[in-house]
Amino acid sequence: MTSERRLMQGNEACAEGALKAGLQFFAGYPITPSTEIAEILSRRLPEQGGKFIQMEDEIASMAAVIGASLTGAKSLTATSGPGFSLKQENLGFAIMTEVPCVIVNVQRLGPSTGGPTLTAQGDVLQARWGTHGEHTIIALCPASVEETYYLTIMAFNYAERFRTPVILLMDETIGHLRESVQLDKYDKMKIFSRPRPWETPDKYLPYAAEDDAPPPMAVFGEGYRYHVTGLVHDESGFPCTGNHAAIDRLLRRLNNKIMAHQDEITLYKDTMTEDAEHLLIAFGASARSAASAVKIARREGIRAGLLQVQTLWPFPEKLIRQKTLGKRSVLVPEMNLGQYAREIKKVVSDKTMVVTLSQIDGRLFHPNKIVAYFRGEERHAEIL
Amino acid sequence: MPKSFNVNKYLRMDKMPHIWCPGCGNGMVMSAFLRAVDSLQLDPNRLVVVSGIGCSSRISGYLDFNTLHTTHGRPLAFATGIKLAEPTLEVVVITGDGDATAIGGNHFLHSCRRNINITLIVINNYIYGMTGGQYSPLTHKGDFATTAPYGNVEPELDMCKVAESAGATYVARAITYKPVSMEDLIIKALENKGFSLVEILSQCPIYYGRLNKKGGAVEMLKWQKENTVSMKAAAQMAPSALKDKIITGVLSSRYRPEYTEEYESVIQKVQESVR
Repeated sequence: MTSERRLMQGNEACAEGALKAGLQFFAGYPITPSTEIAEILSRRLPEQGGKFIQMEDEIASMAAVIGASLTGAKSLTATSGPGFSLKQENLGFAIMTEVPCVIVNVQRLGPSTGGPTLTAQGDVLQARWGTHGEHTIIALCPASVEETYYLTIMAFNYAERFRTPVILLMDETIGHLRESVQLDKYDKMKIFSRPRPWETPDKYLPYAAEDDAPPPMAVFGEGYRYHVTGLVHDESGFPCTGNHAAIDRLLRRLNNKIMAHQDEITLYKDTMTEDAEHLLIAFGASARSAASAVKIARREGIRAGLLQVQTLWPFPEKLIRQKTLGKRSVLVPEMNLGQYAREIKKVVSDKTMVVTLSQIDGRLFHPNKIVAYFRGEERHAEIL
Repeated sequence: MPKSFNVNKYLRMDKMPHIWCPGCGNGMVMSAFLRAVDSLQLDPNRLVVVSGIGCSSRISGYLDFNTLHTTHGRPLAFATGIKLAEPTLEVVVITGDGDATAIGGNHFLHSCRRNINITLIVINNYIYGMTGGQYSPLTHKGDFATTAPYGNVEPELDMCKVAESAGATYVARAITYKPVSMEDLIIKALENKGFSLVEILSQCPIYYGRLNKKGGAVEMLKWQKENTVSMKAAAQMAPSALKDKIITGVLSSRYRPEYTEEYESVIQKVQESVR
């Protein structure tokens, strides 16, 4: 079905990308603007022998996804802000127990019920720090329908390789955007599955791993009979509340298994950044406005360039340092009050000015608003 | 008493001693469950035990099966994902009254409604033990708890009635005072192809017992004997004699289509039409 050019919605591309990655299980709860992902998968999954369930609430959906993944099924849930808030506790459980799964958050305007059909990027830091406790997360952010397809596959690949939940942070604009896409170029993408144990069950230590790697994962029912708990645990998988060395090792490994591979997890696109005097750093739908703004600016003789960050978390510190080096200014247009801009500010040289361009009225950035900054006309710009 | 067997073969003996207080009923329920598993000769490799948070939910850690100790109130939601993804696994949830009916109330309701083939064993000690004695939805009105210092203002929930009306196809109430009957009621639950609830009245002498002056474990077991009537005996008794008595035994058992089977038939139908 991917062999021809066709018109596709972002949410549909997410569903199709998940199927391409080997999705076998979806649990979700209706919520705008992500509902189409559930609707499409309720139809598509049974066609392929997969399972779909609409759970009684968002919390249950996240729990069911983790349960299914423990039986070996590649699992997905999709939601938006209010539901993403509800999923945070079990998201933490998946991090702690190292159960691979993908969580899609098609961002809408918040806080609270906010604007179900209004676009926003207000959950950038929630994706990073939403669940309690020290932890590390991978979050990917697509800026087009085609990228949604590609990054959904990558989200599953990272989830499986590193045995960790991965967040696909979309926004309403991308979720509901329809574009003509040709997806067969992704047919040969490598699809990863979780590491499996090679030892016999009597020798299996479910949480034994190198300091920067995920442990091999046995499937419930295969004979490995192990224990999974959200409590701190040692290599055997059992609680180790009194063993501070084991606790330290576990929490550092959960971080290291992702951070040791940060270079390969860092996905981005850049346009005319080499000679740029002003570097725009953007993600999701804002990156589309930024791309248009760069074109307009260049026509006006302003040397602007765009770094589109696809991997928001872990924060691509090395990439940002490299790309911002020697720039006169770094402009960060985002549909919040500068959540990512402030992260960028932390790592760029003091010689480079970091400016946040914010939009929080539920509408997508107009490219002119970004260009207006260069003309000194933009009132929602703030130098950090 | 059924033939004796070595309970240790199903236990992770290296995790002993367990964390439960002296006199606690959790071990009695665990033993009855293991006898049921043994009677039915369930394959430990294909058996998944899911639990929530609380004293009773620590049972999962001691059992040598596939075990999952989840977040508070959510074991049924995790179990639903396991059972739907892999229906050939035998899935059992063991948890407590607070976990199942307060924070997990919504999942309880909908698991009953779906009639998904999961057995839910709720150890009802009328109190939150792990956190030191707070009232739960099953704490009787007027009873004392650390958060009900003047007596519980809220009326209690009859979770068996809720299960039956929500669609569970097997509902039973057991008491730790009668371990053989407890085992038998769990066997029937495991045999039922659909959602089964076994509510087990248990004793918490340390918190519930002390706060309510119920005496020690023995006195609390005697209380069970004096305040419960089996379904069979109740049928012969006048309604006036049953006032304030708790009915035990199989409270309800019936047939309804099972969720994962219904879903499998959808898959078959869809795949045929796609072909």
